[in-house]
Amino acid sequence: MKRATFLSVIAAAVLFVVAWKLIVVVGGYPVFILPPPERVFQRFVEAWGDGTIEPHFLATLTEIAIGFAVGAGVGVVSGYLLARSAVAERLLSPYLVAAQATPILVLAPLLVVWLGTGLLPKVVICALIVFFPVTVATMVGIRSVDRRLLELGRSLRATRWQVFAHLELPAAMPQILGGMRVGVTLAVIGAIVGEWAGADKGLGVLINLARGSLFDYPLMFATLLTIVLIAVVLYLIVVLAERVLVGNWR
Amino acid sequence: MDPQEGSRRSKSGWEKQERARRRERREHLVFRLPRCRPVAVARNGGSLLPAITVDGVSKSFVVDKHALTVLENVSFEVPAHGISAVLGPNGSGKSTLLRLISGLIEPDGGRIEINGRAVADADQRVGLVFQEPRLLPWRTAIDNVAFPLQLAGVGKDERRGRARELLELVGVEGFSQAYPHQLSGGMRQRVAIARALVRDPQILLLDEPFSALDAITRERFNAELLELWQRTGTAIVLVTHSIPEAIYVADEVVVLSASPGRVLARVPVPLGRPRTPAVLDSEPMTRTAAMLRAYLSGTPAELAQQEAAAAPIHDVLDRAGAPAFFDPFGRVP
Repeated sequence: MKRATFLSVIAAAVLFVVAWKLIVVVGGYPVFILPPPERVFQRFVEAWGDGTIEPHFLATLTEIAIGFAVGAGVGVVSGYLLARSAVAERLLSPYLVAAQATPILVLAPLLVVWLGTGLLPKVVICALIVFFPVTVATMVGIRSVDRRLLELGRSLRATRWQVFAHLELPAAMPQILGGMRVGVTLAVIGAIVGEWAGADKGLGVLINLARGSLFDYPLMFATLLTIVLIAVVLYLIVVLAERVLVGNWR
Repeated sequence: MDPQEGSRRSKSGWEKQERARRRERREHLVFRLPRCRPVAVARNGGSLLPAITVDGVSKSFVVDKHALTVLENVSFEVPAHGISAVLGPNGSGKSTLLRLISGLIEPDGGRIEINGRAVADADQRVGLVFQEPRLLPWRTAIDNVAFPLQLAGVGKDERRGRARELLELVGVEGFSQAYPHQLSGGMRQRVAIARALVRDPQILLLDEPFSALDAITRERFNAELLELWQRTGTAIVLVTHSIPEAIYVADEVVVLSASPGRVLARVPVPLGRPRTPAVLDSEPMTRTAAMLRAYLSGTPAELAQQEAAAAPIHDVLDRAGAPAFFDPFGRVP
């Protein structure tokens, strides 16, 4: 990152914290409405130090990682099928839209009833929520692959798999990664929603605990901060992957 | 006549038709003069088998529910190690012709052979250079050249080594690690030519490969193409709409009419080899160019008349107001 960019990122963060503090002071809000930033940061450090957050953090991260991998994987495959097969498009697209239109908040408790309170329902929710943007991005990406490159592949007698692996997939990679950028932040929401519907571990559970049972609002905000950090870091990982995979040819 | 056929079949009606067709076709060869024999024929190692035979090929496509004839009864041969240029205006089916020869599409009628054997689907004896370089933007130059070998299952070290040789042959060895977007248009086309040659094709087909280059670079590329040809010895078909390019590079220029593409003439180029860019200003060059222009600028009615009369060479020259440098535009009286 360039020095100027780095400085402006820091400046924006400082501005955000100052504004937060200002709102608390001017509005005179009590801690259970909006705790001041220094209380939240203090609690954040404390909760990480005494191991309050860590097990929940690991549980949520696992759900996100597996859910994202499954959702993105299925998304790429179904996106390819939708792009290349008219039959597949006719068969799959209604379900695709239906899956996207079903409110995940309604689906989450159902999935917990069906699949228990373990890892599985959260992974399913994450996968479901990641699946759609990755599918659509892959479909658009594969469809917009330059026909002239496909003709080149044909002139070299590339097999269907070779065309996919060497021509279509790399050509569609920028779009697919764009879909993953959207998907990865949604995966975080999916995991939290899944945990709210029923779980014994995870950052979503910790938020509920801090708010409803412990009345520890700084802890709630510290957990929120952890969730936000997860999303930011995962997003940056996708951006980094983009830079490695397609950065030097664009 | 082809030695392979004939003996087995008795003189069927089909054969008679075929002979009649060939006779008819021969009448197109207005400019068959002995002194114009392509030099490459002499280097043919005694073999009479042409590298490429295109015989009575027709092709039409369905556009908006109407059949559009793109090529009609197109015939020509390219001798082994020979270079033919296919010259025609837009819409004369030049690119379609190359796709047919490379086996990417099938003709509706007629026959296409490479070294005496029918063209297969996506024939691997063909190296194809497209109008645009068509490089894979996510691969470096060397990996682009190695791509056909990779698809054929050649190991990494071997294909890299071979690709490096080819990059040297086309003079881009210094940019083997560069991505296409880092290369100039000319260098990209060089890489594309290297890729077409990487599997040692028996014939090389070039579809207006230099049309995106500026005129000066283009002239240099033509000279380099000839050098390359002298080193590899593959038979070449060069599709172009540039008259000087066609004459400079080829032994014979096949002139196509616009939609549908028909062979208007097969004009031998009366130039020896090796050729230097100096021949671009020579008298045979301008004379041949005048002939080609005359063919290309004729109205359909004129051409029909001309075909009926089997116009001899001087006739065309008269009408063209030859030599061309006197009157390049006053061709049609």
